[in-house]
Amino acid sequence: MSYSVIKGSSYVLVHAPDMVLHNGTTQTTEMILNPNSEYLKELPKSLRTFEQAVNYLPNQVYIGNHKPEELKKVAQPWYDKDVADAKREGKFGEIMPQDEFIGLIKISDVFDLVNLEKEFTASVKAKLTAHPLIKDELVARLKDGDDIADIEHAINDQHAEALMHDGKLVGCVKRAHDVDVNLNAHVMFENLVTKASGILAALHLCAKNNINPEDVDYVLECSEEACGDMNQRGGGNFAKAVAELSGFVNASGSDVRGFCAAPAHTLISASSLVAAGTFKNVVVVSGGCTAKLGMNGKDHVKKGIPILEDVIGGFAVLISENDGVNPIMRNDIVGKHNVGTGSSPQAVIQSLVTEPLDRGSLKITDIDKYSVEMQNPDVTKPAGAGNVPEANYKMIAAIGVKRGELEKTDMVSFMEKHGMEGWAPTQGHIPSGVPYIGFARQEMLEGNINRAMVVGKGSLFLGRMTNLFDGASIVIEKNPGKVEESKGVSEEEVRNLVAETMRDFASHLLKD
Amino acid sequence: MSIFTEGLKAIVIGDRDGIPGPAMEECIKTTPAEIVFSATECFV
Repeated sequence: MSYSVIKGSSYVLVHAPDMVLHNGTTQTTEMILNPNSEYLKELPKSLRTFEQAVNYLPNQVYIGNHKPEELKKVAQPWYDKDVADAKREGKFGEIMPQDEFIGLIKISDVFDLVNLEKEFTASVKAKLTAHPLIKDELVARLKDGDDIADIEHAINDQHAEALMHDGKLVGCVKRAHDVDVNLNAHVMFENLVTKASGILAALHLCAKNNINPEDVDYVLECSEEACGDMNQRGGGNFAKAVAELSGFVNASGSDVRGFCAAPAHTLISASSLVAAGTFKNVVVVSGGCTAKLGMNGKDHVKKGIPILEDVIGGFAVLISENDGVNPIMRNDIVGKHNVGTGSSPQAVIQSLVTEPLDRGSLKITDIDKYSVEMQNPDVTKPAGAGNVPEANYKMIAAIGVKRGELEKTDMVSFMEKHGMEGWAPTQGHIPSGVPYIGFARQEMLEGNINRAMVVGKGSLFLGRMTNLFDGASIVIEKNPGKVEESKGVSEEEVRNLVAETMRDFASHLLKD
Repeated sequence: MSIFTEGLKAIVIGDRDGIPGPAMEECIKTTPAEIVFSATECFV
């Protein structure tokens, strides 16, 4: 059996407080239904500053500066406890401030749809010039900026979407067609945000893992957005668009969709493509979304909690040929939620966890860490959605007891040892199984753990095409250090085969 | 004593990360109650 490996990963966040107000669907829906609501009045006072978002422990864990285990040492809630040594730069990526990200949106635009005000452009240009990963040719794409009067005209008379920073108009995204709803300014804005945050993740992937972008030969993108026009709403291809501006000149690509489960499905596809020898280096990448910013904001504001859903997420993973060093992707230990599986929590966990483990002759306790839906409980608990990772671990432990692999009295210690507190922002696909990959690679390279399982789940019913739930999983394993000889048959093997056949033939002759 | 008796109309609201709607539907289908609406929400 041939396996692929995880050669590197990156994780990025973008602090986007103005986009919480103007682009999060909880807020935009409230503006339509209850424009004078108390929530909308109170909301701006609940937004965090960039420094507060950087100092937030779950965000520091996301970009790799602190390990997930450290979350357990700090009592929840975490939003009122700053991290002393917090930094914008992370081991796995960075937390980018909103103004620079708006600049990156402009850089990502290849159809002249984004206009930024002149003074804002100059300020952002200076900051992005100083950014170690935004090279001169990318900075040059900012150009010189536009007059604010032209931007106001585009917004007021031509349906452009405003770009705000610190409560001030700094630019706009124009519609890409007069009539086509799939190319209107709102859709173009959302798609450019996903593209720009995906590019940021791709740039960090190469920089943090010493990867030559020219070595990448295929890109799989797994966000939850759709780009296309009125004749093909989800035509794609975000992957190739991200690859273009990330320097992946030798790569092609395509998009994989599956709601929040898409990253897990994509990891399976990428590892299989490499294991099959189809491609040598496949990048799995995704940017985040603005729609989910402030999604649970009403509950947070009601309880006097800051808006914690103020960051856009992104990540990238490089899957490459087995080097005998990096953790292997066990594409023969894969879980999937079948059409006939059913939706009860037991059925879901069995299909995603125990069935693949059985195929690999593994027990529930053989997996050192389960990376499930790693949503940050600071966000979900006050909103009444509970502690999502904990609920998953409880069900895995309960099934372990049912299978006789675990004593009932050991359930709590199993959850502590094999589980983790969640730290990822509620950006749908972003927390779904993938946030631990960076740490898993690190821990396996250091010899601290042997196996981890990535488990992603998706709410397909939100698309109103099926009532089905979905999920996928894959096991990551410490590399045993042996690279399989999978290509062709060696001379010695041919000799052995011939000898074996001759022996068989001779034994038949003797019998006769 | 079951609350899902003859004539009772049930509205099912499930949670993706808790108990989803279809799982509750399967349980209620074993009673005389009638499911008039079922949905599953996702908060993450």
